[in-house]
Amino acid sequence: MNPGPTGRSGADPHAGSAPAVDLRQITKRFGAVTACDGVDLVLQRGRIHGILGENGAGKSTLMKMLIGLVLPDEGSIHVDGTPQQIHSPLDASALGIGMVHQHFSLVDALTVWENVALGEAGRLDPRAIRNRIGDIADHYGLVIEPDAQVGDLTAGLRQRVEIIKCLRRDPTIVIFDEPTSVLTPEESLQLFESLRQVVADEGRAVVLVSHKLDEVLHATDDISIMRQGRVVDRMLSVDADAPTLARGMVGREVSLRSERAALGVLVVDDADTVNEKAHAEAAGDAVLAISGATVRAGGGILALDDLSLELRAGEIVGVAGVEGNGQRELGDLLSSLISLDSGSVTVDGVRIPDGRSGAMAKAGIGVIPEDRHDSGVVLDMTVAENLVLVDQSNVSTRGVIDQRALETFANEMIEQFGILCAGPNAPMWSLSGGNQQRVVLARELAQHPKVLVAAQPTRGLDVGAIEYMGERLTAAAEAGVAVLLISSELEEILDLSHRIVVMHSGRIVGEMDRSAVKLEELGLLMGGAAA
Amino acid sequence: MTAPRTTTQGTRLGEWIGLYCLSVLAALVLSALLVEATGGDWRPVVNALLDGSLRKPGRWGETLGTAAPILLVAVGTIVSGKAGLINIGQEGQLLVGAAFGTYFGFLIGGPGPFNLVVIVLFGALGGGLWAGVAALLKFWRDVPEVLSTLLLVTVGGQLVAYGLSQSWLLLAPLGDRGNRNQVSKQLPKDNRLPRLEVFGNEIPLAVFIAILSAIVISLLLARTVWGFRLRMLGRNQRAAQRSGVSRTGYGASALMISGAFAGLAGAVMFAGGGFAFGNYQLVPGFATNIGWTGLLVALVAREKALIAIPVAFVFAGLRTGSSFVGATGVEGRITDVIQGFLVLALLVPPAVMFLRDRGRARAAAGERA
Repeated sequence: MNPGPTGRSGADPHAGSAPAVDLRQITKRFGAVTACDGVDLVLQRGRIHGILGENGAGKSTLMKMLIGLVLPDEGSIHVDGTPQQIHSPLDASALGIGMVHQHFSLVDALTVWENVALGEAGRLDPRAIRNRIGDIADHYGLVIEPDAQVGDLTAGLRQRVEIIKCLRRDPTIVIFDEPTSVLTPEESLQLFESLRQVVADEGRAVVLVSHKLDEVLHATDDISIMRQGRVVDRMLSVDADAPTLARGMVGREVSLRSERAALGVLVVDDADTVNEKAHAEAAGDAVLAISGATVRAGGGILALDDLSLELRAGEIVGVAGVEGNGQRELGDLLSSLISLDSGSVTVDGVRIPDGRSGAMAKAGIGVIPEDRHDSGVVLDMTVAENLVLVDQSNVSTRGVIDQRALETFANEMIEQFGILCAGPNAPMWSLSGGNQQRVVLARELAQHPKVLVAAQPTRGLDVGAIEYMGERLTAAAEAGVAVLLISSELEEILDLSHRIVVMHSGRIVGEMDRSAVKLEELGLLMGGAAA
Repeated sequence: MTAPRTTTQGTRLGEWIGLYCLSVLAALVLSALLVEATGGDWRPVVNALLDGSLRKPGRWGETLGTAAPILLVAVGTIVSGKAGLINIGQEGQLLVGAAFGTYFGFLIGGPGPFNLVVIVLFGALGGGLWAGVAALLKFWRDVPEVLSTLLLVTVGGQLVAYGLSQSWLLLAPLGDRGNRNQVSKQLPKDNRLPRLEVFGNEIPLAVFIAILSAIVISLLLARTVWGFRLRMLGRNQRAAQRSGVSRTGYGASALMISGAFAGLAGAVMFAGGGFAFGNYQLVPGFATNIGWTGLLVALVAREKALIAIPVAFVFAGLRTGSSFVGATGVEGRITDVIQGFLVLALLVPPAVMFLRDRGRARAAAGERA
């Protein structure tokens, strides 16, 4: 059924006759929520179609219906002019529809070719698969070593594997779901180049789902903007500009800084006010000083390589960088989760033993970890218990926990931080991600930390929660906490930081004041070009 | 908000009870079928079980006495389980504990009550040290405690057997053991654990020690900072590490406490004696599966020390009852199979509820998305 390489070129002449995909009046409801509300969407061969929208605008649901993960309640899907029922990804695959998912579905322990072969039926032919990977690599410039282990690859290369996995089945319709969220600007450019090639040379229809204005603007031919389950605007990319897109997406003039950050509009103009504050505080001594921190990871690779960093009270220092360049290890170091091979961490001039359980927390370093389930919360304990994970001294006397004091404290925190839960004794797993994150935030701030490390603090949160987190971090800094913001979202860093350092390969490769930021320079540093 | 929640809680309780009744009934029916299949009749077997565990004179005291070490082992298992450690070597820790208690009891001697305290303390110490070997291997060399504790059962058995063959260690002098090999001296009458006489039943003091232990451990785990941190370690090691709960310190101590309870069980078996546990003498095979049974009790009680109390009594009843089953012409070991069925039956409802809760949570999440 799958059109082979020759069958595909045979299909080319039909391009333009019937649209590759025609979604008509698609509606999908989940309970009381209408995720997609009478959506019409036409995908043409040979064109890249950008679908722009905020979190929860219905983009993902729409794409899931196309790929067979969700069934529409109403409406019809026409592929090449024929109405189709797509019940599963297998159906979609048979129709030539493939998707490159936002979250990688790769097995770290397997090699590249093994991952590509995953999900194949029948006998495994390693040589054929390797050859196919080579062909695809040559054809699209997606160079990769088929025998490399996926766990060792960078995010950019992993995504390459995902794309090869998708292209190997030779789909005629390819969906990219937020493909650049883990890539450097350069890697993104590369991706869009190969994307363009996939479309232009082969007459495929490509969908690019994104919430970043820039990339939708520059990488697509057509744009549909979704808001609250509806397509609110359609245009040709050549006719569009960023403000129009931003308005369409949020339904009003964009005003809030954090919203701009969430939408991916780079704000460079009004950094002066932010910076005045930083200057006022910068006179103080360093609260946190990391010097010469070196951590050896497996295979002789240096996860942290002679990293030095100073943090003063009242300032927010943003650590920019593409994920996987030592940010996780930096967070782990300040959470007492790993030990240094050399170097030191001092708080207020006192050296803190690295890797000794609880030492960093006791010294006044609060942490909002990158993955809250990893070291931030205990899912099987209650909300109240999670609020006192680090320090039980206020709710216990002589080693016995005072249940009433615990509940009182928890209720206070729940109210103060607007944590939505059934009560202090609700199990932590019953909370949504955003509310779990609030529990972490509440706990860490309640300790009155000297230093607050926020690692990817807004990942997976919606606009409102992102804004809240930004406000809290800013307020903490104003109250004199030294805030270290580790984030792979450049916009977030630009939005909140007073000072920015760039991490690459476990080192700090650049440092600049917020007011002196040049985006091009920042991008190059993040990509390691200027290192 | 409150009203619908109480209804669902009510339904949930109903579901739990219903599920337990159903699965226990299934286990009993299966057991009855097994008895019938092996040529017996299930009614006399049930009668024999009840006679042996409760009805005949002195039997329920015997059952209580058997339950005591089982419960002690279970309580210890719960402590290590809460810390996320899987100790399955209680059988060996119990035996080593009993040997320690026996050796040091005879070595130090002294008047009755003092000697008893010595036996009990050294029993706990022995069990704790034996589990400590596994803890050392785990936290020094990353050897999984599941393997080390299990394998140390065999090593412990061999060591105690060696001790029982050497007169400078545990072997009784020639005059005291007749023509028997590998048997320790008998504990003098004054040094044995006292028993309470109630309605013709003898209740060993060990029962009270065990129940008290269960209550104390239950409170410690739920209400103290120590218990809180232990649970944190068991549920999320990295969160615990960041919060100052050292994996090595808390983990090793939890494993050793677990072993100490098994050792304590061995000591009270030795000093408490009775029909069930030799004759105040240490012999090879002294542990007689009490360690394994205690482990099962902890498993069935799902790490709740208070629930372990009734479960331990049920399992003890099966054990004391089984000695009467032989008279019905059915192999007494059938109770081992019944016990196995019961364990499975008691583990099924939590699994079913877990799957169902997860399904509901997913459905709810799907509705929200």
